[in-house]
Amino acid sequence: MKPVHVIEGRAVPLERSDVDTDQIIPSEWLKRVERTGFGRGLFSEWRDDTNFVLNQPQYAGATILVAGPRFGTGSSREHAVWALMDYGFSAIIAPSFGDIFRNNASKQGLVIVQLAHEDVNALTALVSEWPERLVVVDVEQLVVEVPDASWRREFTLDPMTRERLLNGWDDVSLTLLRDAAITTYEAHSLAPTLTGVFDEAGRAN
Amino acid sequence: MSPTLYEKLWDAHVIEGEAGQSPLLYIDLHLVHEVTSPQAFDGLRLGGRRVRRPDRTLATADHNVPTDPLSVPVTDPISKRQLEALEENCAEFGITLFPRGHENQGIVHVIGPELGVTQPGMTIVCGDSHTSTHGAFGSLAFGIGTSEVEHVLATQTLPQQKAKTMAVTVTGQLAPGVTAKDVALSIMKRLGTGGGLGYVLEYRGEVISALSMEGRMTVCNMSIEAGARAGLIAVDETTIDYLRGRPGVPEGEAFDDAVGRWRTFVSDADATFDAEVVIDGSAIVPFLTWGTNPGQVVALDGVVPSPDEALDDDQREAMTRALTYMDLTPGTKLRDVPVDVVFIGSCTNSRIEDLRVAAEVARDGHVAPSVRALVVPGSHRVKSQAEAEGLDQIFVAAGFEWREPGCSMCLGMNPDTLRPGQRCASTSNRNFEGRQGRGGRTHLVSPAVAAATALKGSFATPEEVRA
Repeated sequence: MKPVHVIEGRAVPLERSDVDTDQIIPSEWLKRVERTGFGRGLFSEWRDDTNFVLNQPQYAGATILVAGPRFGTGSSREHAVWALMDYGFSAIIAPSFGDIFRNNASKQGLVIVQLAHEDVNALTALVSEWPERLVVVDVEQLVVEVPDASWRREFTLDPMTRERLLNGWDDVSLTLLRDAAITTYEAHSLAPTLTGVFDEAGRAN
Repeated sequence: MSPTLYEKLWDAHVIEGEAGQSPLLYIDLHLVHEVTSPQAFDGLRLGGRRVRRPDRTLATADHNVPTDPLSVPVTDPISKRQLEALEENCAEFGITLFPRGHENQGIVHVIGPELGVTQPGMTIVCGDSHTSTHGAFGSLAFGIGTSEVEHVLATQTLPQQKAKTMAVTVTGQLAPGVTAKDVALSIMKRLGTGGGLGYVLEYRGEVISALSMEGRMTVCNMSIEAGARAGLIAVDETTIDYLRGRPGVPEGEAFDDAVGRWRTFVSDADATFDAEVVIDGSAIVPFLTWGTNPGQVVALDGVVPSPDEALDDDQREAMTRALTYMDLTPGTKLRDVPVDVVFIGSCTNSRIEDLRVAAEVARDGHVAPSVRALVVPGSHRVKSQAEAEGLDQIFVAAGFEWREPGCSMCLGMNPDTLRPGQRCASTSNRNFEGRQGRGGRTHLVSPAVAAATALKGSFATPEEVRA
């Protein structure tokens, strides 16, 4: 993945709680075997509504999404992260996130910013009041800022996730460097394998 | 320090790193299906990597297989392409695959246990959030995204941070007619969609101990709906009896050795949890969801709630939105709400016991004229077993459709979908907006309630439709 240091841009307030991954990208989009092109499916069940916030011209080109609590719960589909990024989002700010979604985001370089509920509400008010306002998410300093309003909040990322974002590291390459430790573990594992359970045609032996 | 079951599973699988490295968790079994794997296999190819342990990897086609008779081809070209990609990828990387029509094919979380490849003390992952189902066997099982699927294919491990532990203790005894699904819904009512965030749940107490493995799988299946990383149930005689004689389970002395190991996968008596929730099992009644997230649960005897009951603004906003989407009015008795479709199936409730309960209700009557009712067994093995018991005949005689195995109407990725505005009583796990098809309205219920609702045409318990 690409290194991520600072994200700057407009932030769009979603003002909904429990936005599950089925809402982010409906399952009809999951039949595709590619990793690209999911932006068109983002929030597709809501996009027909002209009042939906993503359809408002003042938020066009936003790079930051501000959402309610429990964003990205539900299905493990990484397609949700692909869709958000393909649409143009680089960071999501919310009071809480689904566990698998958070993991998936970290693998793709989508920055997850968890702030206190009242801070998310304050940020929502700021960007609703003036949508063109610049919002900054700084992964190095771990702060979110609205410079013109002198509004600034710190956030946390686990240190490994932060390092990986800043360096653009890919997990698989990092883990393959630990091959010897994995091989040592395997030598002592008592867990069953599938060897001998099924024949060539997959029938149980 | 007395460990919990989760801590024992963690300790048995963790490969500690040096300073600045994440702990790696070794994965004993990786289950693969067509939807979340194609991009992972592409990643392997791009990196010139192999699958580290094909002998710890098992694949099946479930999410977008049609449940029509097998003679009907897959007509959706995009689904067809994805099913073919799975076959090509499994052939290229040497992975055992159960494609559509194979005698071992079925929903990934149904076939793992029934084939005995899900065993206590294991770590199990799959690119599907309902992998939590396998936790019923005292194994640490959780859903992952496609990048993690690629990571497990390549390394057989995952970087992980340790979760917190929560005991969910269900005391007492269930009233007659109350099922495992009602236990799961009562837990959702208590925890909501965020109560489990950051935790691995361990279900325990007399009610859990008395559940069959099928029932325990139903409870563990919905752990993810509370936001939990995984759900666990300690190994006991019920676990061991279920596994004895299954294809992946050893026999003779090797079985006894395995059982000796399995029995250690319980929390120590004086283990402490980071949190505990106690639920009075005797107070659980038949439940259903009224809204658009699985925490919006109400008693079947109850009424549609009002946003005035909300505890905060977010909840009020969510309730108002849900009422609009579901086209419901506060105060309406749930028993008076008519349904268009009944779906009995999914990784939550498509096992033989679920079908037996539903058939017992169906035996007494006929599906209401206005209702389409589908029964979709979780696997070919479940289907064969049900047919051997004559359950298919009961369903067909009562006007239910008896279909081929797959995820079916749980998630609208195959031809089984709701039309906009249709209302469905569904034994699945998610009532999200559009989950079963764009504009569809889902109410989560138990198989008993689903079958009774099919007969009556509006929400009902079996007593109400019994002749």
